[in-house]
Amino acid sequence: MYNEKVIEHFKNPKNVGEIEDADGVGEVGNPVCGDMMTFYIKVEDDKLIDIKYKTFGCVAAIAVSSMISEMAIGKTIDEVLEISNKMVAEALGGLPPNKYHCSNLGADALKAAIEDYKKKREGKL
Amino acid sequence: MERIYFDHAATTPVRKEVLEAMIPYFSDKFGNASSLYYEGVDASEAVEEARNSVVKLIGADESEIYFTSSGTESDNMAIKGVALALRDKGKHIIVSSIEHHAVLNAALSLRKLGYEITILPVDGKGFVNPDDVKKNIKNDTILVSIMLANNEIGTIEPIEEVSKITKERGVYLHTDAVQAVGNYPVNVDSLGCDLLSLSAHKFYGPKGVGAIYIRKGTRIMPLMDGGGHEKGKRSGTYNTPGIVGLGKASVLAISELESRINQTTKLRDKIIDGIISEIPYIILNGDREKRLPGNANFSIKYIEGESLILSLDAEGFAVSTGSACSSHSLKISHVLNAIGLDPVDAQGSLRVTVGLDNTEEEVDKFLEILPKVVLKLRRMSPLYKE
Repeated sequence: MYNEKVIEHFKNPKNVGEIEDADGVGEVGNPVCGDMMTFYIKVEDDKLIDIKYKTFGCVAAIAVSSMISEMAIGKTIDEVLEISNKMVAEALGGLPPNKYHCSNLGADALKAAIEDYKKKREGKL
Repeated sequence: MERIYFDHAATTPVRKEVLEAMIPYFSDKFGNASSLYYEGVDASEAVEEARNSVVKLIGADESEIYFTSSGTESDNMAIKGVALALRDKGKHIIVSSIEHHAVLNAALSLRKLGYEITILPVDGKGFVNPDDVKKNIKNDTILVSIMLANNEIGTIEPIEEVSKITKERGVYLHTDAVQAVGNYPVNVDSLGCDLLSLSAHKFYGPKGVGAIYIRKGTRIMPLMDGGGHEKGKRSGTYNTPGIVGLGKASVLAISELESRINQTTKLRDKIIDGIISEIPYIILNGDREKRLPGNANFSIKYIEGESLILSLDAEGFAVSTGSACSSHSLKISHVLNAIGLDPVDAQGSLRVTVGLDNTEEEVDKFLEILPKVVLKLRRMSPLYKE
């Protein structure tokens, strides 16, 4: 069902955790449906210098979270906003068809964290 | 890696004795059991011997057992066959909300054809209340179908009490006993059912063969018309090796039933007690006592079932879940929904079903690994706070 790359990210997910003094936090999904992700970001000079997340969900949801965290760390906000859910799935070598919609939420979660960061910054300015 | 199989409710390994009994009927004794000459008679005798063994296993009469291809076929035959045969008498059928999909979806198909289907609720442990059956029977009710034992949470339903009601009201009672037969005492007369479904592969027989018990005088329309096999009730060339396998599995079940129940109950209790003492924030699904000997089912809070199953798979364990992500429909199990479980807790369900090939050492190993796997997933979960 899942390819080796997905299973590898699932078994050894990268960047799991929380950032206590995060600059932005984004939460998407709903545990009732089976998947929920909370992403934490640390931003410096417009770059995402750290990303952590916590994910409740299936193998795909965990692998997607791990993959996008690797794809986005060190990139500028504009670059990260270019990353789509589809690109994450492709980077994982594909997901089972029924997992594209419910579990492939990494890019949405990261965008929500960036939105949160922007709002907070506007509040400070 | 050493594999440990804890999913006997999904299927069981074919016992060596069963396989040995089957082998001659593939190639050496390949005759069509309906043929009149030697090869046919040889096959036919094997089929009848198998029938006799199934008869003894569930306390039926030889004229009351019909071979089918599966538990699903037996369930469909009971529901649709009775519905069609009695369509002039009435069109109301009662089923429980935790039936296997073979019963539930057969009933829902009939609903599309104009039958009225009542789906009875169950309580928090999965029990049907016989009074609900009584209250819902109407003049045009033709069939009640309540499973003997639930495949997910293991709950044993009060069929004896339900049958008193259906008998009194002159309504047929079907029970899906697919999970129970061979693993739990089943006798059609003490149950009082008119129809009963069973499947070989749930008790160490082969896949692709089942049987239906149809009490003498029960009206049923065949779903398979053809050459008139099984007294015209189920046509189709006899699956002789499969039927022989079912027969042998029945013979073994008759002689081993008590020791099977003792052995699996002991392992199951060890799993249940072990999980309860080792893992916080869990719910035991189903009843502590009135459950299938081999069945343990838990909701493990804050984690999702598919992740849990594949994490355990990587550690060598085969277990199952009722989570949405793991199902084809992407919906949580209708059984966990029916017992009123919080949908988030239902996502973290874990079913462990033990069988004759399992050992205490395997259970020990499971109880050592499971808490670690659960903790790893919980630490990754936004719902879990340490």
